[in-house]
Amino acid sequence: MSSSNGTGPAQHTVVAIVEDKPGVLQRVAGLFRRRGFNIESLAVGPTEFEGLSRMTIIVDGASAPVEQVEKQLYKLIDVVKVSDLTHEDAITRELALLKVRCNNVNRHELLDVANVFRADVVDMATNSLTLQVVGDADKINGLIQMCEPYGIRELSRTGSIAMTRGAKTTTVHESEPEAIARVHQSQGRRVEADLPFSSD
Amino acid sequence: MVRMTGSQILLECLQREGVSTIFGYPGGVVLPLYDTLPQFPAIQHVLVRHEQGAAHMADGYARASGEVGVCLATSGPGATNLVTGIATSFLDSTPVVAITGNVARTLLGKDGFQEADITGITQPITKHNYLVMRAENIPMAVREAFHIAKTGRPGPVHIDIPKDVFQEEAEFQWPEEINLRGYRPTNKGHSGMIRRAAEAINKAERPIIISGHGIIWGDASNELVELSEKANIPVITTFLGIGGFPETHDLSYGFLGMHGMYHANMAADEADVVIGIGMRFDDRAMGRFNDFNPDATIVHIDIDPAEIGKNLPTAIPVVGHVKRVLPELTERLEQRDRSDWLGWIDKVEEEHPSLEIRETRRLIPQEIVRALYEETNGGATLVTGVGQHQMWAGQHYFYDSPRKLVSSGGLGTMGFELPAAIGAQMGKPDSEVWAICGDAGFQMTLQELAVCVDERLPVKIAIMNNGYLGMVRQWQELFYDENFVSVAVTQPDFCKLAEAYGIRALRVESKGDVLPAIQEARNYDGPILIDFHVDQDENVWPMVPAGAALSETIEMPERELVR
Repeated sequence: MSSSNGTGPAQHTVVAIVEDKPGVLQRVAGLFRRRGFNIESLAVGPTEFEGLSRMTIIVDGASAPVEQVEKQLYKLIDVVKVSDLTHEDAITRELALLKVRCNNVNRHELLDVANVFRADVVDMATNSLTLQVVGDADKINGLIQMCEPYGIRELSRTGSIAMTRGAKTTTVHESEPEAIARVHQSQGRRVEADLPFSSD
Repeated sequence: MVRMTGSQILLECLQREGVSTIFGYPGGVVLPLYDTLPQFPAIQHVLVRHEQGAAHMADGYARASGEVGVCLATSGPGATNLVTGIATSFLDSTPVVAITGNVARTLLGKDGFQEADITGITQPITKHNYLVMRAENIPMAVREAFHIAKTGRPGPVHIDIPKDVFQEEAEFQWPEEINLRGYRPTNKGHSGMIRRAAEAINKAERPIIISGHGIIWGDASNELVELSEKANIPVITTFLGIGGFPETHDLSYGFLGMHGMYHANMAADEADVVIGIGMRFDDRAMGRFNDFNPDATIVHIDIDPAEIGKNLPTAIPVVGHVKRVLPELTERLEQRDRSDWLGWIDKVEEEHPSLEIRETRRLIPQEIVRALYEETNGGATLVTGVGQHQMWAGQHYFYDSPRKLVSSGGLGTMGFELPAAIGAQMGKPDSEVWAICGDAGFQMTLQELAVCVDERLPVKIAIMNNGYLGMVRQWQELFYDENFVSVAVTQPDFCKLAEAYGIRALRVESKGDVLPAIQEARNYDGPILIDFHVDQDENVWPMVPAGAALSETIEMPERELVR
């Protein structure tokens, strides 16, 4: 069976489009707990559709056959769509805030480090700098490593969010915006066809 | 549009869903609902004696009738008492809608009197649940709940309603349509997969069908018979699948599993193609997964995609409704003579008979079940508890049609028998319903005897009284060096107990009294209890020890043959 335990990738990236209703997060979290799937990170936010939220869940691959994770998620009534982005060409991003110890002597040095990682300085005090960095986990881990010698006073990271590259989407079926449909119709084009001015 | 209270809306919705019976127990927060009940005379309320009984009755009602069962409880302890019953329905995939009241919205989350986070509690043991915060949302919740409970893979759905929502007024609007974008059960099987399944089966020398509870809930017994007859494929069932294929049929080879027939277990292990239909390759049925017939090609037909490959590697999955998939598959199957293979199983059965009832001095439960079968001609519905008597009821009665064996298989809930039998009798009022009870399990829910009296139900209650937690005693004897700990159960006088409830009772201690007692019970139009005093040391055979493979099935040891 493809549901190989332990031989898969170390981490799975699963995106679930869910109903924006109370208790949905608990249903998903409860499912993972009950089935023994370990969550490395979880991020939830709104989607382009009102009433739907998007969850990006990074699952420990050793703990869970990803096929079972997907199927069990689908069994939840409030889960509308599930996609596995593990083997997709996907953009993965998380955001971190770091409050790093510094003083008059080494502040410039630290700013150079921040520059290399394209981290923004979002706050400053006499003995610290607060950096904001966006990127995949590797980049953030890199910045953290570089800041450690200065002393990290506080660290906060969001979970990862992910999206496939290219024209392909992982969302529910896109409805044609009314305004665009009108333009097509007035010019006698078939409305189901690909949009001529799509960004891709 | 009409303005109605939340209570009226709920009852109106239940009525529109065709609910005629509710098993419930009143309490503080559901008083507004009970206050409204008399306005809906078409809905009969059955007053239980413990909420667990209500949940089991709703379950038994559903299993016997095929309709959604409904139970009702108040907040806090009332709601938590339902939990065992809801979990029972969940593991056996039976459609039940459980309704609970909760504290008023202003008190929710404030640890009010009799408040429990019951939707939080039932979330992992329901197919879905609802906390309805506005009266106007009740109709949609009820419609969705019934739809979810009975479609796809059936299961329990729970609706929790705060007290003041029952009292709140709203415009009643019945939703003509429901749109659950996250719930679209796959009914039609993938034609490519069905073709592949047919090819594998046509090539098979030794195919076997293992049919499950899904055949019964998918109403696909006839389709299964047609399939197996056309291709001459032997059928064995899971424990919950009993009756899904007529056990009186030539191609029926009983059920498999921990206490299944020896030949059924061997056939499953010998087959070259195993066709699981409406079942989930559960550990009690399949034995140790790693050593289940490693050479077999597994074809798995089920409506729940998450069951595919969950326990055993599946070569050919078909996700779909059995009623739709089986005819399509049958069409593609070739007629084949498989008499060599059938002969092989027959020979194993002949050499290793699992259902022979040996001569004993003392009364044993097997002969009681067999006598009941012969006396009722297989026409009764048996509702069992959990343990030895359950296995004997499965083994020694032969079920020729679905819904005649009602039993808690997945969760294994002791005490299920009496309330579920009450529910079954109410779901099938014209059937002869027998509660086959263990003496220990019976004591877990015996308060429901009162319901038999209240509702004048002709339920026949047969207690297989061996003074032990028989199955536990069997395990302690076989696997814990006869170190018997906490298994001997002190009994009340069950006959006196029944009589105290106003129920007629008989005691049977000798073989000669079995048949007359059964006949008397059958001729009596009302609830009757028979306390069968049976041999204390009898064990259930054959047996696959926990963690062993099906191929390691043990038969009755010789030392037990003479007793």
